Order: sequence, then structure tokens, then C-alpha cells
Amino acid sequence: MTAVSFLEGGLDANRALPGDGLDWLKKRRDKGAEKFGALGLPTPKLESWKYTRLRPLDDNTYTPVLDGAGDASVKDLPSVGDVAGRLVFVNGKLREDLSDVSDLPEGVRFGPLDEILKDDPAWAEAHLGVVAQDADQAMLALNDAMMDSGFVLHVQKGVVLRKPVEVVMVGGMTDQPVAYFPRNLIVIEPNAQATLVKHHVGRGVGAYFANAATEIDVADGAIFKNYKVQAESMQATHVSTTHARVGRDATFESFNLSIGGLLSRSEAWITLAGEGAHCGFNGAYMMRGNEHCDNTSYIDMAVPNTTCKQVYKGVLDDAARAVFQGKIHVARDAQKADGRMLNKTLLLSNEAEIDTKPELEIYADDVQCAHGATTGQLDQTALFYLRSRGIPEALARNMLVQSFLGDALDEITDAHVREVFMDRVVHWLPAHCYLAGEWKESA
Amino acid sequence: MLEIKDLHATVQGKEILKGVNLIIEPGEVHAIMGPNGSGKSTLSYVLAGRDGYEVTGGRIIYEGEDLTELDPEERAAKGIFLAFQYPVEIPGVPNSTFLNEAVNAVRRYRGEDELDKIQFVKMLRAKTKELNMSDEMLKRAVNVGFSGGEKKRNEVLQMAVLEPKLSILDETDSGLDIDALKIVSDGVNALRAPDRSSLVITHYQRLLDYIVPDKVHVLARGRIQKTGGKELALELEKNGYADYAGEEAA
Repeated sequence: MTAVSFLEGGLDANRALPGDGLDWLKKRRDKGAEKFGALGLPTPKLESWKYTRLRPLDDNTYTPVLDGAGDASVKDLPSVGDVAGRLVFVNGKLREDLSDVSDLPEGVRFGPLDEILKDDPAWAEAHLGVVAQDADQAMLALNDAMMDSGFVLHVQKGVVLRKPVEVVMVGGMTDQPVAYFPRNLIVIEPNAQATLVKHHVGRGVGAYFANAATEIDVADGAIFKNYKVQAESMQATHVSTTHARVGRDATFESFNLSIGGLLSRSEAWITLAGEGAHCGFNGAYMMRGNEHCDNTSYIDMAVPNTTCKQVYKGVLDDAARAVFQGKIHVARDAQKADGRMLNKTLLLSNEAEIDTKPELEIYADDVQCAHGATTGQLDQTALFYLRSRGIPEALARNMLVQSFLGDALDEITDAHVREVFMDRVVHWLPAHCYLAGEWKESA
Repeated sequence: MLEIKDLHATVQGKEILKGVNLIIEPGEVHAIMGPNGSGKSTLSYVLAGRDGYEVTGGRIIYEGEDLTELDPEERAAKGIFLAFQYPVEIPGVPNSTFLNEAVNAVRRYRGEDELDKIQFVKMLRAKTKELNMSDEMLKRAVNVGFSGGEKKRNEVLQMAVLEPKLSILDETDSGLDIDALKIVSDGVNALRAPDRSSLVITHYQRLLDYIVPDKVHVLARGRIQKTGGKELALELEKNGYADYAGEEAA
């Protein structure tokens, strides 16, 4: 499929995209369309796309979602339980019947982007496209051009959201391959605190291509925790581009648990923009079959006295493939920066593959930075040890996988979310046989 | 209890055991001593069923049944226990969870009811008390951050909890000070019973002061070269293994 046909599809559909009639947004869309037209879909010729090729997009013609493609009946959607608000999107369309934002505390705005564009266009104009600025990201340009609804989370100065808010993005259940382009905007004002959990799930049959873009502004003294579970279907192509800015003494924590999806690429650009800013940017990936999962990140330690820690661990079975590309950049005057990056992968099959590229780019001279990557197989001595105590091989293998991923999940500071995510890990394991009971006490 | 007949085994294509014969009756404690590289650890792995240790000839009869085709977990369920020379660290898995899984896996295999959490904790507390172990060691991840002595004590705790019929101790004395050696030996001796047997593999005689064997065998060059009573261990301590060193073990 050519790059242009996405846009033509969108125009042919002749539907109103969110923010129709807003001049500034039209300019942004036009600029995105122009840029994407010039760049085209990324190919492995680009350094940052060397290991990930958007092959499913060659095999199918994806049509931007039309009205009605989000009406399918969906049941049993994931949840972390007690939340302050919940938004459910099906093929990029908000489903009010499944969402509930009736009980949000004062000072918190959490709703679909199109609603905010209608209700408060001046605020939207002041924030949309501010953090996400990049000249050569084709996928961001495509999202700029086509942006659908997506969600907005806005927490006002000093407001502490005690319970998490939750977003569920469901894809699939269509006759023809569909594409949708969620645009998400998160603004956490000074000294505010919030936790977001995003679930991406695939349902039914039908190929879909989700190309999301998310902008996150964590202002001075704010704390934002961003947790994502990607459990897309075997027909899903999931591309997400996140841009985040972290202010003075602010904390941005992110965990991306990838447990499903034919092809996924999660790309993040984080700027530690204020002194004392901290970023914990972590994840775990578990892939099987012929799934392909790419985590690419660029963390810019732009000013003195910032810290970041990155732990990504993965387990690959069958002919699954994962890519980890991480770069920590320390600017010239960003003294006392403390940056740590670690990527470890367990290969359960001879056909599985990991391409890992941890990089440090340091221009300051007084910093503490470290990076590392390892790849290995299940420890045969440990496996024998467990089996020699009577533990059946399948359970022993699962215990070792859980043990391996455990210290990545330990980076999740929200204890309840950590427990829910560990449960997802366990349910990925073969035969679901696992340690019942006491696992959570291990932390 | 155990009858090993003309056992041959290879590791990575190399023959290590070249016709081992050994009979252990119920209630007996046997010691196997020998120089480094004689096949002592190989014998223990072959008995426990480790992958990659291939039996190429002979038989291992345990309670009237040939073991050679059984998986390690099946052997464990039938009452065989190997105390490792180098116990493995398993980060993130609490020791008590590991023990609980092991006990219930073995009970399931035997068709017995699993222990519920209260029953298990009660049983575990009693065993740790006997072994002078702290509850704190149960909460920590399996062997992670344990000293050499603590690891060996943890092996004995696993043994006490699983109550095997045949315990194989692979160089359990290595790296232990006298106090730890005594605690470990007490744990092994506590399991001595007319229907239980032990095979103690060691390089040094020292351990046999505490776990007194009924019989001592010298394993060298892949075969049992000599069998005697406990006095054989003392003789070896005095004279070394020079008498048994062939061209391969020089």
C-alpha cells in the first residue's frame, strides 16, 4: 500500500474528522499530510527502522474507520478494578455505553479529544502539538494528518488523583482491514498527580492498524504514572509514538507490558527538561508465534541533575522477534545526570530473535551512566534443580520465566497495577500453570 | 532399595561411568569417595535424571523399578532427592513458595491431597525449628544472597520437607565450617530410618565423622574400585587416592 492511499482513503470517506472547522487544526493536519506524503511509510533503510518493517501494511489495504465500525458488541474487557474514570474506544470510536467518567474529582478532565476540541478549543490549541514536535517521524505526521478522537487527560495544578483512570482501546471485528489514528493528550499541571492504565486489546477476526500518538506534559513537581498493556490480536499492527516532557522535580513513570500483537512498535521520546526530573521508563515483552515487538526510546537528559532508569525484559518463544533500541542522550551542560539502561531477553526457541541496541550519548563530563544488554536461554541447571524437587517441567519453566521478568515488573511502583500485570504475565504462560498464592510477597 | 548394575553413562559423548555396580539396602548409609574427575557428580546426576547425562548401558533399579526412563520430577515423586553441590539461586521466587510447590507437586503425583496453606506453614515451621533456621530464610528468594552454609542448610530443609526414601548428597560438605557441617549432618541423621537410605558423595573423610556410613566405596576412573566399612574412609584420608589413580586421573 502506498503512503498516499491512507490519506486518500480518509478524504474519500468524506467524513468529519474531529475539530472540523478549527483553522489551526486544519493547518496542522495539512502540514502532517504534506510531511507524510514526502516521507512515506518508514522502511528498514532508515536507521531507526532497521529492524522493523511494517510488512502487514503491504499485504492489506486498510481503510480509515467509517462510522459504524465501532458499534460491535464487546464484552469482558480488561480492567484494573476500582478506577476514577474509564473510557472505551472500539476501532478508534468512543463508546459512551461502555465508558464512565461521571465520577471524576474536581480539577480533572478526562474525555475524548473531539469533545475537548468542541468545548475548549483554546485550551486544545495551546496544548496539542506542543510536546510532540518532530520533523522526520512519518508515523507522527500520519497521525497529525488523520488524528481521530483519542483521549485527553488533564489534571489541574495540585490535584492528586488517588485512583487510576483507565482507557481501553479495542480493535478488530470488521469485515475489511481498518486503520484508526487515536490522538491522546495528557497534561499534568504543576504538583498534580495521576495514574493512567491503558489496555489495548484485539477482538474477533479482522486485521486492523492502529497508529496512535500521545503527548504528555508532566509539569514541575508533578507525578504521572503511565501503564500500558498491549494485548492486541494476531492480526493487529500497532504503532504508537509518545512524546513526553518532564519538568523540574517531576516524575514520569512508564511501564509497557507487551503480550500480543502481530506487529507492534512503541516509540517514545522523552525530554527531562527541568532539574530534578526523573523518568522510570520500563517494560516487559512476551511474544510467540511470528509476533514482532519493537520498543524504541530516546531519553534526552537536557539539564543538570536529572535521573532516568530503564529496565526492559522480554521472553520470546517460537519464531517471535523483538527489537529494543534505547538511547539516553546527556546534553553538554547536563552535569550530575544519572542514567541507567538495561535490556535482557530470554529466548525459549532457536528460531526466536532479539535485536538489541542500547546506546548512551554523553556530552557532559560529570555523569553516572550505564547500559547493558544480555540475551540467554533458560538456565538448564535451574530447570533441573526445580524438577529434581518434584516440580513438573512445564511449571518449572514458567517459574523461571516469572522469575526472569519479576525484576522488570518490580519497577512498577503502583502495587495494585504490578499485581494485575503479573497476573497478565502468568496468563500468557503455557497451560497457565504458575505459582499460585504467594508470588506478590516476593517484591 | 537401590541396585545399580553395570551402569555406563556419557556426558556430551564422553563416557564417564564405565560399569558402576552398587547395592544399597533399606536403612543403609553408603559413602562414595574418590578423586576429582572420577565420576562422582555424574553418578549423582544420572541417579536424579538430569538431561544430557545419558545412560548407555546397565540399569538403575529403585524399589524394583527401572529408573532410567523417568523424568527428574517423577524420580523426586518416588522419593529420590539430590542435595546439590552448588544449589541454584532463583531470584524472585520466595523460598517458602518454592517449597510449597515442591511438596504439593510430589503429593499430587502420589495421589495424595495437597496441603493447604495453614497445614503447609505449620509443617514448615516445625522443620525449620528442628534445623535451627530462621523464618526470614523462608521469605527470601530461593538461595539468593545465601551464604554457602545457608545454601546447604536450605538443601537439608528441602530434604526434611520432602522426606525422601533415598537421599543423595553431592559434596554437601564442601564450603562448610564445622558448625554448619554439624547442623547439616544432624539434619541428615534425623532422617535416618529403617526404610530410608542415603548415598553420601564426598571428597573428604571429615563429613563421615558426623554421618557415619555403613559402607564406603571408592569411585575412580568411572568404576567402583574398592568397597569397605567406615575404616576405609580413614585409610583414604591417610593415604590419599594415589592407589586408585589410573592413567586418566593422574
